[in-house]
Amino acid sequence: MGQVVLKGINKFFDSVHAVKDVNLQIRDKEFVVFVGPSGCGKTTTLRMIAGLEAISSGDISIDGNVINALAPMDRDIAMVFQNYALYPHMSVYDNMAFGLKMRKFERPEIEKRVHEAADILGIGELLKRKPRQLSGGQRQRVALGRAIVRHPRVFLFDEPLSNLDAKLRVQMRVELKKLHLRLGTTAIYVTHDQVEAMTLGDRVVVMKDGVVQQVGEPLELYNQPANKFVAGFIGSPAMNFAAVTVTEADGSLIAENSGLRIKLPDEIAQRLRGHIGREVILGVRPEDLTVAGSADLDHPCFDAVIEVVEQLGSEILLDMKVGESIMVASVEPTARVRVADKLRVAMRRSRLHVFDAQTEAAI
Amino acid sequence: MIEGAIWRKWVFFYVPMALFLLFLLFPFYWMVITSVRPDGELYRPWNSINYNPFWTWKPTWDHVRYLFEETLFASWLWNTTFIALASTAISLVCGVFAGYALSRLNFPFAGSLGTGIFITYLVPQTLLFIPLAEMIRNYRLGDTPWALILTYPTFLIPFCTWLMMGYFKAVPKELEECARIDGASRWQAMLYIVIPVAIPGILSAGIFAFTLSWNEFIYALVFLSSPEQKTVPVGVTSELIRGDVFYWGPLMAGALLGSIPVAIAYSFFVEHYVAGLTGSVKG
Repeated sequence: MGQVVLKGINKFFDSVHAVKDVNLQIRDKEFVVFVGPSGCGKTTTLRMIAGLEAISSGDISIDGNVINALAPMDRDIAMVFQNYALYPHMSVYDNMAFGLKMRKFERPEIEKRVHEAADILGIGELLKRKPRQLSGGQRQRVALGRAIVRHPRVFLFDEPLSNLDAKLRVQMRVELKKLHLRLGTTAIYVTHDQVEAMTLGDRVVVMKDGVVQQVGEPLELYNQPANKFVAGFIGSPAMNFAAVTVTEADGSLIAENSGLRIKLPDEIAQRLRGHIGREVILGVRPEDLTVAGSADLDHPCFDAVIEVVEQLGSEILLDMKVGESIMVASVEPTARVRVADKLRVAMRRSRLHVFDAQTEAAI
Repeated sequence: MIEGAIWRKWVFFYVPMALFLLFLLFPFYWMVITSVRPDGELYRPWNSINYNPFWTWKPTWDHVRYLFEETLFASWLWNTTFIALASTAISLVCGVFAGYALSRLNFPFAGSLGTGIFITYLVPQTLLFIPLAEMIRNYRLGDTPWALILTYPTFLIPFCTWLMMGYFKAVPKELEECARIDGASRWQAMLYIVIPVAIPGILSAGIFAFTLSWNEFIYALVFLSSPEQKTVPVGVTSELIRGDVFYWGPLMAGALLGSIPVAIAYSFFVEHYVAGLTGSVKG
């Protein structure tokens, strides 16, 4: 079992309120990812769960038992650190066996578990080596091995992939996912990389300035972001935002600013009835913008001038000037576009997002 | 390295290097040559014929033999070794624990306590020996090795503490945190993880402390009086300079033999020692 519940967790560093009233229920076997920009409190939250940081107020419980006062060693968790934290003076075998030795396991049992873990991770050949003789990816595996030999109730990962190069990171990401499917142990994972969050997490917790912004499944965050921050943070390239004023003309709602004037589709117009005459923020993802063709007549369209064309092979990113502001569109690789072209761009009507200009919450 | 023409290498590297080496090694050479030179050559006036201060054709062991047969040099060596090892051991144990506590445990006033320890290191020994002499007398430790074993830590502990503080700070915190999650208590994490990782730092602190106490002069001069209790630096200078007569041969032989253990200690641990000073922990 490995059910983790955070109830009203706060953390103060002197006068700095680093983590603000976090409430979260993590189910057994779930893979939960904390994501956010640096300094958002995600690592602090993880360290509080680990017992490395005292909790200022609130309760953390695992399987129903409050563990606030327990030492890290008594919480039955394992943690993988960003810099691997391998013990440099011990061999790979001893690194992995250390936790079991400390817990007074019998020697044959230690041996069995270490070899089992080494087989799973494909590091059986490396057991006699010292950490400094290993490559980054191998060190990462050893760090994982050290965590899994213990068969803990919860795995904690603190940005475990950020020291690896881009290619290896993608590979290890897949292996982590496989490992989790295989072991089924509850995992809490901290990262600043939204791609890792989206691909690994059963659920993702987006944090900013110590406050949880939204908790949800990856697609839920992508499709229904709770506020402008989540909308801009999840997805790459980031969502385009435009501050627009809502006006009413001929019974339908119009959103406009200096370079943009679009008729809002009915489903959004309904939600914006209360905002007529006020400013709201319109959000649309680059992948929901297309070069307008004849089939796009019922989608809101606007004019743009191409400033930069970024060929990625599988898609083309267009940096476009729309009035005073810049928008990015991701279009088909077959599109014929050149710098300084004038374009008519269509927004997929069902994929528009609107946010309150003051609170930035989704409307 | 120096790039470019060969003459540049000579002018900017080999020649300055050779001069530097010559400058540094000459005192040792002088010690060696004086300690094997017969008395007849040593006390020959500088303007006599065949005067050659830099070389001898008749090397002799007389001075070394004199040192061991006519003086208490053997016991001075033993005293110095014992005192240096004992005070180094005491200081290392205290320094390692204090350094760990000051760098890792966040207790109130840790910072000012660290500075306080450092300030005690700055009090010159030439002042400190006066109150210390009073204490040594009160506890009737005068003229025993304990007078030095217990007073050397006054400057060795601050030194070791500061060196170890810097070293422990360079050991990644995660190592210890990981050990504590793995099931080690704070004490075990220090014993099994932090201290083994800090071995290069501990070795360099140890070598430094050993050298400082081996070479110490003032306390040894003040606190020890009978010849058989003396250490090498004090014994050699006080017993081999009688009035205004310098027994140059034995004096230099004593100095040479006295510096050999330190030289061995350095060359033996030099790799660890350099690694310790630069504080490198390779993950």
